[in-house]
Amino acid sequence: MSLHAEVGTKLPERIFKPDNVQSMLYNAVLWNGHRIHFDEPYARDVEGYPGLVVPGPLLGDWLHQVVEEWLDDQGRICGIEYSNRVASFVGETLTAGGEVTAVTDSGRLTISVYVKNENGDVITPGVITAELNH
Amino acid sequence: MSEQLLTQEILDCIGRTSEPRREIVTRRDIRKYAVATGNRQQKYLNGDVAPPMFHVPLFWDIVELDQLTPDGVSIDTLLPKFPLEKAMAGGLEIEYLKPIYPGDWLTSTRTLTDIYQKNGRSGALIFYEVVMEIRNDDGELVIREKTTRILR
Repeated sequence: MSLHAEVGTKLPERIFKPDNVQSMLYNAVLWNGHRIHFDEPYARDVEGYPGLVVPGPLLGDWLHQVVEEWLDDQGRICGIEYSNRVASFVGETLTAGGEVTAVTDSGRLTISVYVKNENGDVITPGVITAELNH
Repeated sequence: MSEQLLTQEILDCIGRTSEPRREIVTRRDIRKYAVATGNRQQKYLNGDVAPPMFHVPLFWDIVELDQLTPDGVSIDTLLPKFPLEKAMAGGLEIEYLKPIYPGDWLTSTRTLTDIYQKNGRSGALIFYEVVMEIRNDDGELVIREKTTRILR
């Protein structure tokens, strides 16, 4: 089925529930030894966080995933800009999604993307550019 | 008015470049990354091709245990010692120019491209930008990434 992409098209949202195991595996894959991601007493008592911090680039990865799942191999991501604005913590339920904001005649898309927390705050806003297959 | 925090010595670090790092892409590393990120696409779970952001684990710094800070962080030797140290949210810009497959050898070079100060209502902030260029063995640009970090 051909992809429907026009300004205002909303991408299907995806729910993410990062847990200790995923957080451990992700940091192990990166070789990231930052204690705030796996040492809960340290994260709480020394850094003052309410729990283990979800790594920023993992949230960035999820922005790509919602776009690629929607593209369904009918296009590719050319680039992204995003920022980690608000911290999130293991155990939270996070929602990633996006909306098409521009389409060119040549099939180049601009997609506004986000990860939101349970309060509805956008914790990781971004913009992805993609191009549809010819 | 906040004072000027950036000395000439710090500003002179703009343009500093890291030693190039060359790494090989393996199917196993792609699969581990795809699983750990919760990816649901079979081509990534099989390790046939690398998903976006696979360059993040591929080029994460590997240092010995005694070179990690007490909180488990490796010190970025590209950066000077800044007068502000509390890291705030940062931003990332990535351009994807070529796909990455198992067996590819990739080389990354990091450059400290900018350091500047902004004075907000709550005081001075220092921004710095690092650009990482990743090339294949033919010298073609595969990924370009710009990280912007804010210190307060």
